[in-house]
Amino acid sequence: MTAGTPLWEVFVRPVRGTNHVHVGSLHAPDATLALQNARDLYTRRSEGVSIWVVPSAAIVASSPEEKDAFFAPAGDKPYRHPTFYTIPDGVEHL
Amino acid sequence: MTATAPLSDSQPLDEQAGFDALVAADASIEPRDWMPEGYRKTLIRQIAQHAHSEIIGMQPEGNWLTRAPSLRRKAILLAKVQDEAGHGLYLYSAAETLGMGREEMLDLLHAGKQKYSSIFNYPTPTWADVAAIGWLVDGAAITNQVPLTRCSYGPYARAMVRICKEESFHQRQGFESLLALSNGTPEQHEMAQDAINRWWWPSLMMFGPPDDDSPNSAQSMAWGIKRFSNDELRQRFVDICVPQAEVLGLSLPDPDLKWNAERGHYDYGEIDWDEFYQVVKGNGPCNRLRVAVRRQAHEDGAWVREAAAAYAAKQEARKQEARKSA
Repeated sequence: MTAGTPLWEVFVRPVRGTNHVHVGSLHAPDATLALQNARDLYTRRSEGVSIWVVPSAAIVASSPEEKDAFFAPAGDKPYRHPTFYTIPDGVEHL
Repeated sequence: MTATAPLSDSQPLDEQAGFDALVAADASIEPRDWMPEGYRKTLIRQIAQHAHSEIIGMQPEGNWLTRAPSLRRKAILLAKVQDEAGHGLYLYSAAETLGMGREEMLDLLHAGKQKYSSIFNYPTPTWADVAAIGWLVDGAAITNQVPLTRCSYGPYARAMVRICKEESFHQRQGFESLLALSNGTPEQHEMAQDAINRWWWPSLMMFGPPDDDSPNSAQSMAWGIKRFSNDELRQRFVDICVPQAEVLGLSLPDPDLKWNAERGHYDYGEIDWDEFYQVVKGNGPCNRLRVAVRRQAHEDGAWVREAAAAYAAKQEARKQEARKSA
């Protein structure tokens, strides 16, 4: 491996109708080779019908240290869930 | 729906307590989580060792690729050796999430500063060795690896899920190939038996030293990296192999091997740990050869990596140029 060969994150769509899911990473000098390597590495047994490769450096991630504060806005809003509401017995299709 | 209480809520400032709580809850530790330095180091050592084992493991079997007895066997062996390369890459990718670069791991392997499984320091003089490796070596690897799919470190556990699915084919093809040899001519049968005689004991050594002599096991268990002790896994493997050997019509080279009704397990003979430590120290039959071949392959491939990097740089420069003039 030549020093600094870029790292790529690989996402595979297992079958039509599903999302691309992160499966791992690999090193490749450019996008074309990253895609071909991803095919050889992650879909040797027809595990996918579509692949995305994304330079790892392009991914922006939330920080685990800030997890609590970052996700806090959703924590105190139970009324966003259908189970928050009390409906009389016998009411259907609701 | 209630918000799930984050585990760190109660001790927002104590990173160690947060980590301990995650491990205690059997939750997974992910790359950007805080983790004790010892945990990180242990994982890097173990995952790198595992990755190196996969790629070094390509050599003993790769030795037979051009001499497989039929096109069918050749296609199977090619697929298996390619899988081993893939397993190495999944694992290097998992180790990299802990902060160690891939070039660095390869350099350490080439310098003999990181190890790989000693089993790959044994030679493969006959075609039956390929079959025996599939049945015994991959069988032992599966026994070791299935519990690792529940390892506390997420990227390692996920890599192991993929690997275990693929290892199953490796073991079955080996068993089938051995069965064919065992039921073949007397010479083929004898070749299969000879291979089993040579691979049985080294396969039992793959589980590592006995529990009394395995100082790091307790800490790895506490961290949720290891789920069962070396001796427990070794016993499980022996119990699985004995009835399979009967189906194969081949014997296992251990006069002390017999069913113990009281324990509900097979008893087995003393393992030659001197041999194990000799091979670990670098004095096995093929230690030098394996590392030399690996280093040579890396050096021989340098021009390909350089050419691909130069091509990528040139394409990128052209793209920039086109953007400027547009």
